[in-house]
Amino acid sequence: MAETVRENPLLKVEQLKMYFPLTKGLLSKTYSWVKAVDGISFEIYPNETFGLVGESGCGKSTTGKCAIRVLQPTEGRVVYKGRDIAGLSKSMLKPYRRELQLIFQDPYGSLNPRQSVFSILKEAVVLDRERHTAVEANERVDELLTLVGLDPDMKSRYPHEMSGGQRQRLGIARALACNPKLVVCDEPVSALDVSIQAQIVNLFRELQAKLGLTYLFIAHDLAVVRHMADRIAIMYLGKIVEVIDSDHIFREALHPYTVALLSALPTTDYYQERKRSRIILEGEVPSPVNKPAGCAFHPRCKYATETCRQVSPGLRNVGRNHCVACHNVAV
Amino acid sequence: MVHDAAVAKHNRLSKRHSGLREKCHTFFKRGILTKISSALVIIFILIAIFCPYLTPYTPYEQSLRNKLKPWSKEHWLGTDNLGRDVLTRVLYGARISIVTGVLSSLWAAVVGAALGLTAGYSRGFLGSFLMRLTDAHLSIPPLILVMVLAPIFGRTILGISIVIGISAIPSYVRMVYGQVLSLRENDYVTAASVIGQSNFKILLKHLLPNCIPVVIVMFTSNVSTAITIEANLAYIGIGIRPPTPAWGVMISEGYNYLVSYPHLAIAPGIMLMLLIISLNVVGDGIRDVIDPRLRGKL
Repeated sequence: MAETVRENPLLKVEQLKMYFPLTKGLLSKTYSWVKAVDGISFEIYPNETFGLVGESGCGKSTTGKCAIRVLQPTEGRVVYKGRDIAGLSKSMLKPYRRELQLIFQDPYGSLNPRQSVFSILKEAVVLDRERHTAVEANERVDELLTLVGLDPDMKSRYPHEMSGGQRQRLGIARALACNPKLVVCDEPVSALDVSIQAQIVNLFRELQAKLGLTYLFIAHDLAVVRHMADRIAIMYLGKIVEVIDSDHIFREALHPYTVALLSALPTTDYYQERKRSRIILEGEVPSPVNKPAGCAFHPRCKYATETCRQVSPGLRNVGRNHCVACHNVAV
Repeated sequence: MVHDAAVAKHNRLSKRHSGLREKCHTFFKRGILTKISSALVIIFILIAIFCPYLTPYTPYEQSLRNKLKPWSKEHWLGTDNLGRDVLTRVLYGARISIVTGVLSSLWAAVVGAALGLTAGYSRGFLGSFLMRLTDAHLSIPPLILVMVLAPIFGRTILGISIVIGISAIPSYVRMVYGQVLSLRENDYVTAASVIGQSNFKILLKHLLPNCIPVVIVMFTSNVSTAITIEANLAYIGIGIRPPTPAWGVMISEGYNYLVSYPHLAIAPGIMLMLLIISLNVVGDGIRDVIDPRLRGKL
């Protein structure tokens, strides 16, 4: 397979950093920083699904929120449609605001308990400057509900009268009401039953085909991401350690962390499962407040060398859209 | 068949959730005291509304020939030192107490909620400024504050209500502020800002409706406090002016005749006590129904 020539990326993130201050005392003096995201770069191309995987606390949600400017990054560039939106004020961001949407992990907390389904969707629809009349808004709400596989008769219901899957569909409908270009899905299925997970994942794919959406798909479940994503980035402690095509991830993963993650995935094939040997990582994830010097993964890596302890590895291309941040991988 | 079953289940579910009936049930389940108290509160409200029709006298009608009469067929509770019918004045007193209590709590709730919302949502300098102001306000004992402000705003029902309201504002501010701080971390607030909703609209559409239960709970416990303060002020002579039949005024006037004509002070005193106790019990009940998490916090 040759290196595919890509068109311009829809979203380009360069050296993104998001530090949260730790404060104490009366004057809120900052004594340290939580380096949630520490200099990561990636590109998302139109119509693709970019997966972001990592364990809890590694900064994937923060990355997603910075990418669509729900959070203002501490440093770095977020280039959307050729414009750096990382530092834009709320009013300057306005033309892009509705094109960048977010779908939440928690289908319960993301819907206002005092708003009916109709009111939730209408709020999102009428903010669109083109739509004005009540009839048009009404039609659009029905259309959105049908699009996400909900019955338009559910309009008068309140969130507490719906199941988790239905709520998640409603959350998706709200995001779609804005005619988004890029949708960040922040662990959209991890709060759902496995059977419902499959339905929602399929809904995402269907919508992508129908509406030409681009996803940044965040999850901690490699199996779900592999099913959804075209390319997968693996994050560890605020850094991307590997970016790889999802078709190749099982055979060609190079970073020791990715390999360890993959070895934890159970398979349904009995013989494969018997052969599977798990790589158990030693130790704990270091705190993002004081990270180890050099490669963040070195205290748990069995291949770590002196270089790993001192120099932080950059992301290097090893061919076929495959990048790894590891000193021990030969180019 | 399956569909019908699903619909039936949905109806059952929504009934369980919609539950005004269920709320009434938990309210009255609290016991006989709650039932009696709610009945009393309703009776007091009815008295306040219909008092002109309940007695043939007006509360200001003097008859010096009939002063300080014991109970009789014409005057069930006798007359006071100016020959006014005590029962009439006691009934009209309910009107004044309830109006001051509700009016002052209402305006305190509106102002307090607005300030709390602003402080909670803007945080930053404005937020901490408002909250430090509230702290300063809370450190002044309410009765002292009211005593200072009462002459400024005038000793009418409206003036006294405003003054009592001012003393109640900070508790609303604190309550709503705390509520907003926790509510604004909800994903639906983020979602609203992502779809391009303005801050003001988020405040109005998402944060305010979710604060209302707390404000209602606060309000119910506040009315009785306001009534107590009103009676206190009237009693020490800086509240509503004397000819007005406020209970506090009547108690302080009747105090001079406590030994010879005890009913002059005792009748309004008992009314005041009954109203406040029943309001407190009802307020407790409403709090338990609306927001069980607040039990023991107010």
